[in-house]
Amino acid sequence: MILIKLFWAFFKIGLFSFGGGYAMIPFIQREIIDINGWLTPEQFMDIIAISQMTPGPIAVNAATFVGYKIAGFWGSVSATCGVAAPSAVIIITLAFMIKKYRSLKWVDRFFLRVRPAVIALIVNAAYSLGKNSITGIKDVFIAVLALLGLYMFKINPILLIVLASFLGILLN
Amino acid sequence: MNEKIPFRKLFFMFWAFFKIGAFTLGGGFAMIPLMKAEFVDKLKWLNEDEFLDIIAVSQCAPGAVAINSSIYIGYRLYGLPGAAIAALGTVLPSFLIILAVALVYAKIRSMPAVQKAFRGVYPALVVLVMSAAINLWKAAFKNYVDIGIAAICLAALFIFDVHPVFTVLAAGISGVLFDLRKEHGEEGDIG
Repeated sequence: MILIKLFWAFFKIGLFSFGGGYAMIPFIQREIIDINGWLTPEQFMDIIAISQMTPGPIAVNAATFVGYKIAGFWGSVSATCGVAAPSAVIIITLAFMIKKYRSLKWVDRFFLRVRPAVIALIVNAAYSLGKNSITGIKDVFIAVLALLGLYMFKINPILLIVLASFLGILLN
Repeated sequence: MNEKIPFRKLFFMFWAFFKIGAFTLGGGFAMIPLMKAEFVDKLKWLNEDEFLDIIAVSQCAPGAVAINSSIYIGYRLYGLPGAAIAALGTVLPSFLIILAVALVYAKIRSMPAVQKAFRGVYPALVVLVMSAAINLWKAAFKNYVDIGIAAICLAALFIFDVHPVFTVLAAGISGVLFDLRKEHGEEGDIG
């Protein structure tokens, strides 16, 4: 049955793709194009473009889109649940274990040293976003305004994104 | 966690995740500044240390980072119902938007205004994500070793393109090994 097939394909995507975001693309591609032939490569590129322009995790976007195309509304529900299910099981298990063993000394040390690595990850994410999006003087201008808005005027991040989108329309 | 959780609290949390889900462009990491502003700074549901731990775990586990971190935060706050509601709140905006897009996607794709809007959003996102790193600085850096670890991780990510999961695990393991050895040494000194 197609709903179960959709669920299972996206369950595997959720289970085996590490790193989130664009790191998930090869996994998604394998399941959707290579194994099941649900989309053509061109349609898949469109999904990536749409995912860039719409909010939310790319895996969820792909699941919703493919599910809808293959089996309508319930297809999209089934695929989206499939992609989130492994996260739910794994994260809740981890959260439970961490809560139980967090007071152990070596677990604490592990997390203390992980924190600087997380900072490096975030800086790296900012860098890879910037590499592709800050290419001209207009982009630098928007970035500087965002910096001022954030630190001098304490603008809420969500409002900042909305304002930046208007600025994008005005400037380009 | 067995006492009844007021429906109002769950709905409030749902709404917080829904808002974040609706504005998370550019993948899981763009969610970090929004989550930090909402849950750490505004609502004070988590402190900075907990927040960093949650990001580390969400990054290392398989699946979308946005879903992982919302499930973790929801579970931390209100147990299993919290996890379910948080995941729903995060997923629902993109689910609804993609459903709408799937209906008219050929048209939206070529709309110039949409493309221009996104050219404005991305530079602002870079600043937001960077600010999250700066804001969490103090929670992460307790001594010079921490700064060194961050520098090594950054070099690994930038120059050698090491997978994020490995940098996080390596940093954690180095913490366990290095600090155990140090403690051992100190014991030796006292003896």
